Amino acid sequence: MWDYIKLIVLGAVAVLAAIAANYAHDLPYMVNAIVVMLAAAITFVWQLRHVGESAVHPQNEYLDSVIRAGVIATTFWGIVGFLVGVVIASQLAFPSLNISGVEGILNFGRLRPLHTSAVIFAFGGNALIMSAFYVVQRTSAARLWGGNLAWFVFWGWQLMIVLAATSYVLGGTQGKEYAETVWYIDWWIVVVWLAFLLVFIGTLWKRKEPHIYVANWFYLSFIITIAMLHVVNNLAIPVSIFSSTSVQVTGGVQDAMTQWWYGHNAVGFFLTAGFLGMMYYFVPKQAERPVFSYKLSIIHFWALIFLYIWAGPHHLHYTALPDWASTLGMVFSVMLWMPSWGGMINGLMTLSGAWDKLRTDPIIRMMVVSIGFYGMSTFEGPMMSIKAVNSLSHYTDWTIGHVHSGALGWNGMITFGALYFLTPRLWNREGLYSLKLVSWHFWLATIGIVLYAASMWVSGIMEGLMWREVDANGFLVNAFADTVAAKYPMYVVRAVGGLMFLAGGVIMAYNLYMTVKAQPVKAVVNANNFVPAE
Amino acid sequence: MELYSLLREFADSWALLLLTLIFVGVFLWVFRPGSRAIHDDIANSIFRNEKQPAAEGADQAPAMRPAKEA
Repeated sequence: MWDYIKLIVLGAVAVLAAIAANYAHDLPYMVNAIVVMLAAAITFVWQLRHVGESAVHPQNEYLDSVIRAGVIATTFWGIVGFLVGVVIASQLAFPSLNISGVEGILNFGRLRPLHTSAVIFAFGGNALIMSAFYVVQRTSAARLWGGNLAWFVFWGWQLMIVLAATSYVLGGTQGKEYAETVWYIDWWIVVVWLAFLLVFIGTLWKRKEPHIYVANWFYLSFIITIAMLHVVNNLAIPVSIFSSTSVQVTGGVQDAMTQWWYGHNAVGFFLTAGFLGMMYYFVPKQAERPVFSYKLSIIHFWALIFLYIWAGPHHLHYTALPDWASTLGMVFSVMLWMPSWGGMINGLMTLSGAWDKLRTDPIIRMMVVSIGFYGMSTFEGPMMSIKAVNSLSHYTDWTIGHVHSGALGWNGMITFGALYFLTPRLWNREGLYSLKLVSWHFWLATIGIVLYAASMWVSGIMEGLMWREVDANGFLVNAFADTVAAKYPMYVVRAVGGLMFLAGGVIMAYNLYMTVKAQPVKAVVNANNFVPAE
Repeated sequence: MELYSLLREFADSWALLLLTLIFVGVFLWVFRPGSRAIHDDIANSIFRNEKQPAAEGADQAPAMRPAKEA
């Protein structure tokens, strides 16, 4: 019965999407409608071939297949996102790469949101979803709740990524940074995200461990807060149900504040809290020792939750935002330094007594460098939020450098560590294919980040100083184009750094593929290599 | 008083006080006497149940059991 309802719904969605494509007011909407039609049709065919099969959900086994898919998706979208990043970095250095034949589709302005969304939501999002599913099962000692709902979350998220990517390059956008997705994609994100929340809470609900491990607290806060931020920031009324255009309900400075309340907490809860959940599980596991101080981890959590949500206004210093709001944002940003470093110390000190592992284990090295970058960017951030510093740094490349030391260094490296940790375990292999290749990845990525961050510091501070330089008569010395010309060498260095980071990612993809393909299977439990049912 | 001013007044006073007290309360709660054994047990929970879920009715926190009578 349930199967037939699903078939009817999928068929109806496919037909309605086809009709919507026909009536579309604009190109991104039409292409998105066609994508939805194809996705519904493919799911329809898949469902048709599985009608009447009863789904098996053995409660004495973990649901790991969806996590394996997540590992593949994370690696794939990571490479795509890094590649687009290298392309747009090269376009900035060499404007002729904005090829005239595909102007309006593959130029910098269209590719830039594609890059940010690909690395944050496709690479980071898949990493967070798959690691959340892994960690919550192991620390709850229970199978994922909701049967195949976790699979819905996985495929729903991939569909969101494809819709967003096809929409961006054709000009579909709300013009909100890190929230460019148009209204119907926003609605779809809400559906998928609530399913994610249900799976996560359902698993916690039926846990067999008496306590909820701290990593799960971080994951849960990330899921709930992102749901809240996403809904409030995307309150918009569509112009027509056949158009991708919508009108935001807030306007002016209120809208700017809502946007950066969202924007900064997307950093705080998507790229920090969620990834801290990864840190609190994978670092102790890889180091084979419990976290340095569990008490500190609880304080880290609550201090982060209490302080982060107020820091957003520092994105709007010296704008129409009231002065008190801007000061509030600055003060909370500076206070945020303390819990951030508390967490960094907790992560690093987990290795106390096992520092020798740094010499022998390139995976733990990756995780330690990642925590180091977490510490560096959470010191740089509070410093840049101070109004006097911000008056120099804002709108310059310094901001871009700061974001990337956090994103490449902290988020990227901890995700790589988690992927190296998970792949042999999920595919039941005897260790990784090559630790030497992990070392290559480690050094390419680390040197790449250093080139990136250093060139952007130089470029950012230089352009900030050039913008404010006045001559004896009070006239500005430099035209904007002068700063662009002066930045050229730094842009080339940045593109090289990004290329090295991408090369490291490709090496990782090869290493993970060979781990699954060529590594011997770990000592089997029985003939079928099944985990015995107890 | 208009709604905005009323809410501002409340946020600046009672809400701020309450949130600060909860914040300080969390710190005190973490360092309450007797919490060490619990925290040690949770910190080590990641080393259990690596391969499969715990069996129905399994005792997951041996450290938390009351000491056996001799």
